[in-house]
Amino acid sequence: MSLAAQIGHIAQRSVVRTLRQPANTVFPIVFPMALLAVTSAGLSAATEIPGFPTDSFLAFFLAFPFIQGALFATMNAGTDLARDVQTGFLNRLALTPMRGAALIAGQLGGIALMGLVQAIFYLSIGLAFGVRLESGVPGAVVLLSLATLIAIAFGALGAFFALRTGSSESVQGLFPLLFVLLFLSSMNLPRELIETDWFRTVATLNPVSYLIEGVRSLIITGWDVQALALAFGIGSAIAVLAIAAAAWALGLRMTRT
Amino acid sequence: MREEHGIEAEGLVRTFKGDIRAVDGIDLTVAPGEIYGFLGPNGAGKSTTVHMLTTLLPPTSGTARVAGYDIVKEGPKVRSAIGAALQEAALDGLLTGREHIRLQTALHGLPRRERPARADELLSRVGLTQAADRKVNGYSGGMKRRLDLALALAHRPAILFLDEPTTGLDPQSRTALWQEVARLAKDDGVTVFLTTQYLEEADVLADRVGIIDHGRIVAEGTPAALKAEIGRPTVEAIPRDGADPAEVARILERFGEPTGASPKGIAVRLERGAQQLAEVVRALDSAGLEVEHLQLHAPSLDDVFLAKTGRSLEGAAEEAEEGQG
Repeated sequence: MSLAAQIGHIAQRSVVRTLRQPANTVFPIVFPMALLAVTSAGLSAATEIPGFPTDSFLAFFLAFPFIQGALFATMNAGTDLARDVQTGFLNRLALTPMRGAALIAGQLGGIALMGLVQAIFYLSIGLAFGVRLESGVPGAVVLLSLATLIAIAFGALGAFFALRTGSSESVQGLFPLLFVLLFLSSMNLPRELIETDWFRTVATLNPVSYLIEGVRSLIITGWDVQALALAFGIGSAIAVLAIAAAAWALGLRMTRT
Repeated sequence: MREEHGIEAEGLVRTFKGDIRAVDGIDLTVAPGEIYGFLGPNGAGKSTTVHMLTTLLPPTSGTARVAGYDIVKEGPKVRSAIGAALQEAALDGLLTGREHIRLQTALHGLPRRERPARADELLSRVGLTQAADRKVNGYSGGMKRRLDLALALAHRPAILFLDEPTTGLDPQSRTALWQEVARLAKDDGVTVFLTTQYLEEADVLADRVGIIDHGRIVAEGTPAALKAEIGRPTVEAIPRDGADPAEVARILERFGEPTGASPKGIAVRLERGAQQLAEVVRALDSAGLEVEHLQLHAPSLDDVFLAKTGRSLEGAAEEAEEGQG
């Protein structure tokens, strides 16, 4: 069986598992939308700040759900994989001719698909509530690609932790840490408008800021090549490093001869 | 389906951190079509041996060939020839039984058009046709074990490894699984390597038994030969109130040498075997001695374990649990 076919089967299982766990589909949809509604209503006055890049806080904040959804994907992917280690299902897969690469790629394929579906939903909600996508239809395609890349990057991170620890509890323990990274980014304000020095420094050092800014640029700016290059570059770097780490951890976990 | 090769292991060793020798030099041979019972308490090294023979764990030293392939150098070939149901039923609770088989047959490379029929055949064989489209989370322990067995058979392996397949099962499920394993060996010529901590399972199912303790095989042979090696059966009598225990003992000792018995009992090892039981009954009756309880105790595999290791299998299991705790 070809590697692509193996990836397809593992990806299919990943999607089926996700769809059969309502918490894994409902929370990544509802929670970011609830936060979007609350924050965009509560902080709408921020658009009055001189230099704020748009007069719609909803449009400004719409980038947030894409990143938060990806974080949920991290947890789901990681938890599922850790459960496979715990239940011995990984050993069952290891006894088949399946290649290790197929396991990681298949798992990430499933995450990418779910990430894409989530992103389409977030974008549709934004458009339905009057957000105008400055980059147009081609921008929507790029935005969905970036959202998928981010889901893969965080998903690979989750896969790495799952394979390294073999514990779904440990993977879930990672969530608050990633959530802190999200809140210490430029999610609420453009970096140049953050007045507190340490916060601005942290947000500047935080790679999540650049992922958010890439998504945001397509919504409120149009085609900002620098923001997109940074977002795709950082997203790809995280994805490559995390996939390499996950492959290394899989090698340690799956010691078949 | 019968293979020309079974399993051959020589000096198989596996150590873990802290210089723990989980498997300490195992030599064994399993003939094609044979059911080999690997009997031992928890922590004896059974599962580690299975993990090595199924290529999931590289040995620290020693060699083994499974289905004619080297477990270290030819892992993929070994895996294509074997099926395994490991200690815990390794299933995904969110998938249905049929989806499990579909995934397993696909990953083993069965042609797409053959997969539905193979799934139906396997589900029927393990009695899960009705439950095929239910999620595994709703299966009982016995159903999960049966599905696990079906998955191990998905690609028609010549050699089957079953690691404690009936642990935790009710007697009915256990018997059903034994029947299926016996049928696989008899009708399909599948070689079965079965680990168990149940004496009865090894006794009923296995053509040959290897008894493992502290990572070493301490005895090996057919159940009958192993028991015969231990010796003759014993007869134990518990005198009824009023019967003189010393007199009962004197009568019994005419038939064999005294041996260990329960607190109120008197036991002897019969010189000429079980056929002397009738003579024992007649002698006690002639002497007017009434007994409350008279039992013929044939040597069991537990006696073999006791003779070889100095402790009973049950005691060894408790010891292992205390060690883990």
